Amino acid sequence: MANKLNIVEAVNQALMNEMEKDETIVVYGEDVGVEGGVFRATVNLQKKFGKDRVFDTPLAESAIVGTAVGMAINGLKPVVELQFMGFSYPAFNQIISHVARMRNRSRGRYTLPMVIRAPYGGGIRALEHHSESTEALYAHIPGLKVVIPSTPYDTKGLLIAAIRDPDPVIFLEPKRIYRAFRQEIPEETYELPIGKAKVVEEGEDITVITWGAMVRDVQKASEMVKEKGIYPEIIDLRTISPMDRETFIESVKKTGRAVIVHEAPKTLGVGAEIVAIINEKAFLYLEAPPTRVTGFDTTFPLPRGEKHYIPSPERIAKTIEDVVKF
Amino acid sequence: MRFEDCNPIGDKHYRILDFEGNVIREEDIPSFSDEELLYLYWTMLFSRTIDEKNISYQRQGRMLTYAPNIGQEATQVGSAYAMEKNDWLVPSYRELGAWLIKGVPLKNIFLYWYGNEWGSHMPEGVRVLPISVPIASQLQHATGIGMANNIKGEKNVVVTYVGDGGTSQGDFHEALNFAAVFKAPVVFIIQNNQYAISLPRKVQTASETLAQKAIAYGMPGILVDGNDIFAMYSATKEAIERAREGGGPTLIEAYTYRLGAHTTSDDPTKYREDEEVEKWKEKDPILRFKKYLKNKGILTEEWEENTKKELEKEVTSTFEEIENKSDTLIEDIFKYHYETMPPHLEEQLEDYKSFLEGGR
Repeated sequence: MANKLNIVEAVNQALMNEMEKDETIVVYGEDVGVEGGVFRATVNLQKKFGKDRVFDTPLAESAIVGTAVGMAINGLKPVVELQFMGFSYPAFNQIISHVARMRNRSRGRYTLPMVIRAPYGGGIRALEHHSESTEALYAHIPGLKVVIPSTPYDTKGLLIAAIRDPDPVIFLEPKRIYRAFRQEIPEETYELPIGKAKVVEEGEDITVITWGAMVRDVQKASEMVKEKGIYPEIIDLRTISPMDRETFIESVKKTGRAVIVHEAPKTLGVGAEIVAIINEKAFLYLEAPPTRVTGFDTTFPLPRGEKHYIPSPERIAKTIEDVVKF
Repeated sequence: MRFEDCNPIGDKHYRILDFEGNVIREEDIPSFSDEELLYLYWTMLFSRTIDEKNISYQRQGRMLTYAPNIGQEATQVGSAYAMEKNDWLVPSYRELGAWLIKGVPLKNIFLYWYGNEWGSHMPEGVRVLPISVPIASQLQHATGIGMANNIKGEKNVVVTYVGDGGTSQGDFHEALNFAAVFKAPVVFIIQNNQYAISLPRKVQTASETLAQKAIAYGMPGILVDGNDIFAMYSATKEAIERAREGGGPTLIEAYTYRLGAHTTSDDPTKYREDEEVEKWKEKDPILRFKKYLKNKGILTEEWEENTKKELEKEVTSTFEEIENKSDTLIEDIFKYHYETMPPHLEEQLEDYKSFLEGGR
C-alpha cells in the first residue's frame, strides 16, 4: 500500500509506530493532545494511546523539559514538543544544566532517553520569534545530540532512532518544508543512524554541506551551476551533533573545495565549526578557502524582510561559482 | 488534622515540641521506639559532625567549597525519615541529613564536595538524585518523577527540597503548578533558613509566609517549625500518605535557620547581627531533641560522648580514605557524556593522552 507522506506526517507516523511498540513512550507539550499540535504533528495520538500517554500541559517550556528529565529517570521515554524553537529558551536552563549533564554528573547512574522536538527555521511568514534557527546553541553543549532531517524518509527514520537513543536528542524539524513534498516511505518502523550524513548528490568539483530546509535550496543552486559545467557534491549533515566529519572530509579531499550553507547567523554558527574541521583535517587538499553562505548576523527579519535573510538558490549558486573560480 | 489546624496564612507554626523539648501536641507524637529515637538523634549528630569536620578541612586547605547544614538538621532528618525506601529524594544542595537517612554513603558525600563526579553515582536502590546547584531547577525533576509514577501506576512518592530563595525562581512556580495540575505525588519542602546567601527572607517575597503560596497552586500547605524533628516528621508523613493515596502534592515551609555560612566562601557577619545568630543558637534543633530525649530517660551523656567520638572517627577515616585517592581518571571525563563515545570525543581523549605521554 502506498505510504506517501510529507515531513510532518512522517513525524506523526514515527510516533505512532514507536508508541505502539514501546509503552514507556509518552508524548506531551502545549496543544499536542486534543488538538494534535499546532502543526498537527501529534494528531490522533491521544485518541489512539489515551490521555495518560499523550497529553496537553500548562504553558511552560521549562517544566515541559524539566518534568521530562524526571520521567526519563523514572523509566519512561518522554518525547516532548516545544511549539517553536524560538520558545525553547525558557527551557534553556533545564536543557543545558540537566538534560545534557545528567549522565555525566551521575557517572552513568541516571540517563535520559528523551527527545525534545521543535519546529525550527524561517520562511513561513510567521510572527516574531517563530523563525529561529539556533541549532548552534544546542550543538555547542556536550551531552546533547542535535538532529535535523530534510526529507520525510529521513524524518521518520531519524525520529525513531532519536526515540530509541539512550541519550537526549534535540530533534529540529524544518517547518518551512513540513508540507513541501511527499515521499514514498515504508509504513513499518525503521531506523536511520544518528551521527551519519548523507551524500544527496555526487559531484567532483565542490562539496556543499548543508542541512534541514536548506538542502532543497542547495539542490536548486546545484541545478543552476550544473548548467555552467560545475558539478557539486551535496552533503546533508542530518545530525548536527555529534557531527559526521568523515563524510564531508572525504568529500572535500576529493573536490578540494567547500561551501557550507545554513539559515542561522554566520558568526559562530555550525558552518564555522565545519570550516575549522576542514582546515584541521583536509588543509593540504584545499584549492580555495572553505566559504559560508548563511543568514546574516542580524535578528531574523519579520515576514516583509525574510526573503533577504534566508540564503536564496541564487546566492548559493553565486558563492559556489566564486569558490570554484578562486 | 495537622493541615486543617494550620492555615498557611499567618505565622502559626505547626509544632509538637516546644523550645524546651516539652510535648505540646501529645496527639501528634510519632510512635517511635527508643531505638528509632536514638537513630534519629544519631543521624543529626552525624550530620553535624560531617559539617564541622568539613569546615575544618576546608580551613586547612584539604576540602573545597562546602555548604554546611548546621541548624537545619531537624528539618532534613525529620522529613526524610517519613519516606519509604522506594520513595524518591530530589535534593538541592543542603540536605545532608536527608541524604544520610536515605542511605547515601558518606564516601559519596565527601567525593562530591571534594570535586569528583562519582560522588553523585548513588548505589543501586538508593533513590536519590544528584545535588542540583541551579536553584529550584530540581523541582521540575521531582514533578516529572511523580507524573511518571501516576502514568505507570506506581505508588511511591517524591520528596524534594528548595530554599527560601528558590521560591522566587520561575521553576518553583512551574513545578508546583504542574504537580498540582497532574496530581503528582510530590512533597515540596521549602527549607526557609531565613537567608538566600545574604538576602533576608523578607526581601525575597512580599508574601507573609512561603507556605501560603500553596493556596495559589491549589494544594495543601503548612508552616512547620523546622527545628522540631517531630513536627517535620509528622507533617511530611501526612503529606506523603496523602500523595500515595492519589491526593496530589503538598507544600511544606520548614521555618528554620542557617546557623553557619551559606558556604565556606561566605562571611555571614557582613549581612546579619551576631545577636540574631545567638538567639537562634538557643533554638538549635539538636539541643531541643536532646532535652526531650533526656527528659524521657532515653539519652545519657555517656552514650552521647561515645557516639560523638565514634562519629568523629568514622568521618575522619572516611575523609582520609578519599583524600588521597579521589583524582578523576582522564577517561572518566570523556566517558559519560553519551552511552557510546562519539568519534570527536575519542579523538580529543587520544590526543590528550598522547600529549601526556610525550608523544607530540
